[in-house]
Amino acid sequence: MTGSLWSEVRAALARDRLAITCGAILAVLALAAIAGPSLLDYREDEIDWSHMAAPPFEAAGHWLGTDRLGRDLLVRTLYGLRVSLAIALAATFVSLVIGVAWGAFAGYWRGRTDALMMRFVDVLYALPQVFFVIILTVVFGRGPLTILAAIGAFGWLTMARIVRGQALALRERDFIEAAVVGGAGTARIIARHIVPNLLGPVIVYATLSLPQAILLESFLNFLGIGVQELLASLSNLIADGAAEMETAPWMLAVPATCLMLVVFCINFLGDSLRDALDPRER
Amino acid sequence: MSALLEVRDLTVDFAGRPAPRAVDGVALSVAARERLAIVGESGSGKSQLLLACTGLLAANGSARGPVRFEGREILGNARSAAAARGRGIGFVFQDASGSLTPHRRIGDQLVEVAMASAGTGRRAAVDAAVEMLGRVRLAEPASLMARYPHELSGGMRQRVAIALMARPRILFADDPTTALDVTVQADILALLAQLCEDLGMALLIVTHDLGIVAALADRVAVMYAGRVVEVGMAAALLSRPRHPYTAGLLAAVPRLGGRGELATIPGAPPAPGEWFRGCRFAPRCPHRAEHCGVDDPVLAGPAARGVACHFPHTGSDTA
Amino acid sequence: MATIAFVLRRLLGAIPTLALVVALSFLLTRLAPGGPFDEEQVLPPEIRANLEAAYGLDQPVHVQFGRYVGGLLRGDFGPSFKFRDFTVGELIADGLPVSLALGAAAVVVALALGIPAGIVAALARGHAADRAMMTIAIAGISIPVFVVAPLLVLVFGIWLGWLPVAGWVPGRPTDLVLPVVALALSPAAFIARLTRGSLLEVLRAPWIRAARARGLPERVVILRHALPAALLPVVSYAGPAAASVLAGSLVVETLFGLPGMGRHLVQGALNRDYTLVMGMVIVYAALMIALNLLADLACAALDPRTRRERPR
Repeated sequence: MTGSLWSEVRAALARDRLAITCGAILAVLALAAIAGPSLLDYREDEIDWSHMAAPPFEAAGHWLGTDRLGRDLLVRTLYGLRVSLAIALAATFVSLVIGVAWGAFAGYWRGRTDALMMRFVDVLYALPQVFFVIILTVVFGRGPLTILAAIGAFGWLTMARIVRGQALALRERDFIEAAVVGGAGTARIIARHIVPNLLGPVIVYATLSLPQAILLESFLNFLGIGVQELLASLSNLIADGAAEMETAPWMLAVPATCLMLVVFCINFLGDSLRDALDPRER
Repeated sequence: MSALLEVRDLTVDFAGRPAPRAVDGVALSVAARERLAIVGESGSGKSQLLLACTGLLAANGSARGPVRFEGREILGNARSAAAARGRGIGFVFQDASGSLTPHRRIGDQLVEVAMASAGTGRRAAVDAAVEMLGRVRLAEPASLMARYPHELSGGMRQRVAIALMARPRILFADDPTTALDVTVQADILALLAQLCEDLGMALLIVTHDLGIVAALADRVAVMYAGRVVEVGMAAALLSRPRHPYTAGLLAAVPRLGGRGELATIPGAPPAPGEWFRGCRFAPRCPHRAEHCGVDDPVLAGPAARGVACHFPHTGSDTA
Repeated sequence: MATIAFVLRRLLGAIPTLALVVALSFLLTRLAPGGPFDEEQVLPPEIRANLEAAYGLDQPVHVQFGRYVGGLLRGDFGPSFKFRDFTVGELIADGLPVSLALGAAAVVVALALGIPAGIVAALARGHAADRAMMTIAIAGISIPVFVVAPLLVLVFGIWLGWLPVAGWVPGRPTDLVLPVVALALSPAAFIARLTRGSLLEVLRAPWIRAARARGLPERVVILRHALPAALLPVVSYAGPAAASVLAGSLVVETLFGLPGMGRHLVQGALNRDYTLVMGMVIVYAALMIALNLLADLACAALDPRTRRERPR
């Protein structure tokens, strides 16, 4: 069943040229983020004293200019992208694991356990996410691990809801009943029968929650409550660039464009994925 | 006297590749005060026929062919269809609950229709609304008007749905009773018959229930695979069907006192768009001959009694 | 009447959530390794002990919690640990009006922009206008507040010089224009998408076809039959929208130098000023809960079916 789902999705996506373009852009950016810094001449914290605050294309080797301290902007942007993506991916992964597990078990067990588990989700859902994340960073310091835990701590809620809904529906299906009667253990049934059939909506939602994680992390960073300056992520660069906006607009433009491009493309792809998987949206 | 509604060569296609054709060149007419029933299995295109005539097809459907109401072409554009709907064509759907807007009170919906059709002010419209409710035999109109659709029973909702039409001259009814309890069905049918009498309405009712046909209809048209295969006065057609399909339908009706298996028509109708050469009923027809697989029969015969078959029955009653 | 009962029930339901917020914030801040005085210059132990006693930090946790809640009920949020001359309550009162004005205006603007855009896109489905608007909407969601705001300042404040760049002079409404717009863009984009999807879905409903079948003019069908049902999910979105706007206000207030609560909160977070952070979070949470309540009421007004007693 999953096989035909994928081919259907691939076919639907292939027809949407904008989705393909976004996918291509993302692939390029991801590659650049991973491999780029090692290929370029400058390191991200290397100061080029002779070319401080240089606009793009002017100084030799500095394709996108330098910042106030003479550090190459392209490398810093790519490095920042790497940091942002890493944190976002890690946080989304954490949310995914917790959310899928929570939702799958809740939907499978049904009844009172389910009600209790989802009540917990409802209660957490009512809390203002950003502010509690701020509290967490105030309390536990500002390392990347805290940020990761803080973002992941709220990201799993919606995933749990979605998964639980699907799991509930799946639970009623015959082949699950057969497995239960056959004596298979709960964990086994969930792992082998329920989870694989959830993949569609899970993938869609995970894709759509990636940009949220990126934006949340950037948001915190921008306020100064996020990851430290040395591991500068995109939003640090954006904050610095905003200060220099009038005289050196490229310092803002380069990282901002990079961030927006990534978020836009992931959002668009996620949207197309969701449309491809939803039979009514035709 | 020209017909109230006249349809000639109506074709309805839906989006897709290949484009499935739900209605394939149908012609019929309804005179004032006449009651025409359209019978057929699911998928015969009868519902789409009704929707197409009133411009209510879904967005992915397209209808072609002249449809004249009171002498005026109504399928020309969306607005003429909408105008016709407001001024003389009434529609009753199969799902009554689905006909009423859930978040508005019954009274508001009635008043709205009264104001739109007669152009009256609010005061007069409220009176008209009460009258509309009375016409469909609903008691306590005042308290009913303050209620919301979800507060009414299924039968009451269907009556309100009927009441919501403002004095139509022809009523299109798409299987209005299948979704209802059996006891309520008879009531609604009686109501429809009464309304036709009182308001002088013509009735175009689509159904797969031959009992309803016998009870209500003056004339009957039998549809199969998007085409009309037989048409005629109800009494004559039901007692002496000429098309094998009609005969099959009649034979399939369970009879009290009958023994043995129910007669059925073997096979299933072709899916819309899967047309082939020759008569479409041929694969299921007990009387098929060589010629049936070659030529498509057209509706032929005297004006009041047409049949589309190469070898129509001319005998007496069915067994 | 049923409506009053409904409102009361909702209000009562909101109290536990607020209580939870208070409890959780308190718990988290007390869990913190180290205390609020760690980052000061190294203090001699006796002085630190005195300070802690003065702030009540030497008591057991549950006693502290009790005192805090008692204070809350009297409207006393406790003293700020860092701004020694002010209580948290004073700081909150100082910033609340501005933040409220900013937030409320942003929500209104977001609705005023997003809903019509969504309607137009839905009615023009498949045409160029629809695709264009939806692409812009996705862009709107993707551009974070802290990028939009500087950009707007650059374009409208510096290049065109139409609007003031920063600062807050009471009584000068143009000061709020850029911040409000910056704050409203992202929610507006989301609302546009939501409205479009919802309206398209509603237009497929059988009762819409029935309304058309009655001969009602299309304008009436859309405005009175389709729209109220379509707006339901949009109004329900008010909760998350409020969260988004409130969160964004932190950035906007910082960037534009607006004297709202957000500025204090950020400072408090950077200074590890527990009572301040806690107090602000509680106020923000209360605002969100209030807005959720309003949204719930609006939903009930739009769709009478939700007013019935129903086990949730």
